[in-house]
Amino acid sequence: MSQTKDHAALAEVFNADEPRVDWHDETLWFIRQKRDKAAHTIPDWELLRETASQIKQHVLSNLSDYLQQFEANAKANGIIVHWAADAAEHNRIVHGILLQHQIDRMVKSKSMLTEECHLNEYLAEQGIEVIDSDLGERIVQLAKEPPSHIVLPCIHKKKEEIGELFHEHLGTPAGMADPQVLTEAARQHLRETFLTRRAALTGVNFAVAETGEFVICTNEGNADMGAHLADVHIASMGIEKLIPKREHLGVFLRLLARSATGQPITTYSSHFREPRPGHELHLVLVDNGRSVQLGREDFRNSLKCIRCGACMNTCPVYRRSGGHSYHTAVAGPIGSILAPNLDMKKHADLPFASTLCGSCSNVCPVKIDIHEQLYKWRQVIVKEGYADRKKTLGMKAMTQAFASPTAFRLAGKAGRWFMRHVPFVVSNQMNPWYKQREMPIPPKESFGEWYHKNREKHA
Amino acid sequence: MTVGLFIPCYVDQFYPNAAVATLELLEKQGVQVVYPPRQTCCGQPMANSGFEHLTKGSNDLFIQNFSGFDYIVAPSGSCVLHLKDHLHSDKHPAEAAAIRGRIYELIEFLTDVLQVDNLQARFPYRVGLHQSCHGQRGLKLAQMSELVAPPFSKPEQLLNMVEGLELVELARKDECCGFGGTFCVAEEAVSVKMGKDRVADHLQHGAEYITAADMSCLMHMEGILRRQKSNVKVLHIAEILNSQAL
Repeated sequence: MSQTKDHAALAEVFNADEPRVDWHDETLWFIRQKRDKAAHTIPDWELLRETASQIKQHVLSNLSDYLQQFEANAKANGIIVHWAADAAEHNRIVHGILLQHQIDRMVKSKSMLTEECHLNEYLAEQGIEVIDSDLGERIVQLAKEPPSHIVLPCIHKKKEEIGELFHEHLGTPAGMADPQVLTEAARQHLRETFLTRRAALTGVNFAVAETGEFVICTNEGNADMGAHLADVHIASMGIEKLIPKREHLGVFLRLLARSATGQPITTYSSHFREPRPGHELHLVLVDNGRSVQLGREDFRNSLKCIRCGACMNTCPVYRRSGGHSYHTAVAGPIGSILAPNLDMKKHADLPFASTLCGSCSNVCPVKIDIHEQLYKWRQVIVKEGYADRKKTLGMKAMTQAFASPTAFRLAGKAGRWFMRHVPFVVSNQMNPWYKQREMPIPPKESFGEWYHKNREKHA
Repeated sequence: MTVGLFIPCYVDQFYPNAAVATLELLEKQGVQVVYPPRQTCCGQPMANSGFEHLTKGSNDLFIQNFSGFDYIVAPSGSCVLHLKDHLHSDKHPAEAAAIRGRIYELIEFLTDVLQVDNLQARFPYRVGLHQSCHGQRGLKLAQMSELVAPPFSKPEQLLNMVEGLELVELARKDECCGFGGTFCVAEEAVSVKMGKDRVADHLQHGAEYITAADMSCLMHMEGILRRQKSNVKVLHIAEILNSQAL
């Protein structure tokens, strides 16, 4: 899919169907409320967030040491460890493993990293079929769309639309939109997939440095089904997924599901430590820009993210623009601070797709200062020359007016005079404010003028 | 005690009544208020658009205007937060730091510095309180719904002192209105939708007035209310706290 429209343009398209925007907003707000309820069951919630944030801070400050410790322990467990500098190398490594085993069909559970690397597209070009086994991901895969949310990939689809997709692809009756029937159809379809695929790829939620094991959290058990039934298990993880010790899972597992969906814990939190006899377990450690982000002091703690999606659910802009308007694998507030690191020009619009309301930073279980980083990215993007020319000129004019009291007073007086006497100068369809909002009614005198008349003796 | 009154540029130009109410409210509390006439803008519109490096001129002007006061008070959480976070000067670093420490948003100045416990105000209407994000999440004027922490609200504390005023409950008590500075035109579709939804929450709960400590949010919501030909009005919180309605 070629990307020419920016977030504002894509959001405008999304907003053409207002009842749908309302439905999308309310669906995600419901999840935010579930998160609030779950958080309030833990009196020490804020302490838990702070603890998680500090553990991640410690990991990021000692990342190379923990990576080497993890690698040594994982190898000792019999895991085959690979290192990928970028997305392309990751994809080649995965392809190489499949070629080695002459496998051309693979099942894959949820992994936002493989979305980031565009693995499915790459493997398709190599003639390898990938079936996503997470129900939501399978739905968007059948619809030939990317996920619109990192935890709820098909949250933008209504059950009737899913019914149509299943009718077309899985043979459910036309018009069938009962979630239970549709889920059963997906279950039968995926069961056949699990039983016949010799390779399974999974993501990684947490990798434990002291034991060389990793943990995958799912609600559907699909990562386990894939990995347990396949001869070859490939796990892909970003290098920031490390935690020092197993005991730290007691912090992160309590935060993850509560923040994501309001559940106390995911249905499955599965530990993978070593391959079963006769099987292979591969782990691909992927950098793909993470070490660059680690070097950006203002943005490094974005690498604390545990991909819960709470910032998306609470974001009033995300809820009213939809995940696809962010045109990146990870949408929403967190995506908007991660994406510019990967490609600043392509994602120059994303840090501006926010009102800087700050709700994202408050729900973040690892206390990433998301809205402050959005502000800082704006400064970087403008300085690097990715702001549009019209905006730059406007800002320069505004700056001059505000730096000079006389210019400000004249501009203000002239502006108010025009608005009172020739209102169509501003009240027209060329003015984006006026399109759906009335202009303020300009008063005869400014406060400065009032003060001059009424309180001059004080000045 | 001498207070320097900072009136944000758009309040000066479009909402002088909010500024007059702020001045009178402070004077009623026995504060000596001075309005430096050469003031313009805090620089936030440029900075939030990514042009913080262009705000040197407005920063230096602000420092010229507001150095030396015991306190600086402004009827805007957003402008005050911006100045607290970003007012810097290579020429006058000490003065900039002093201002960052002495600047207050009006509400917090009344509750925390003046510790007002009684207002001679009357406003017999149903009022919806809009929590402007920068005042709430930035200056912590009220507890935030995301946090597991004890509730408090400085604006409600003051509004509860106003005779006859009835605060309406909202379904989403601290959701952003979608103004967001240049966001309101750059992301027009989402901005308007957020504003419409916020306004609808107040209307559904029977508000006759919508108030806030930030006029910018109110200007945006007023634009939507007037387009909908609604009878519901917006008023800056200073105007309600200073109100002597019959």
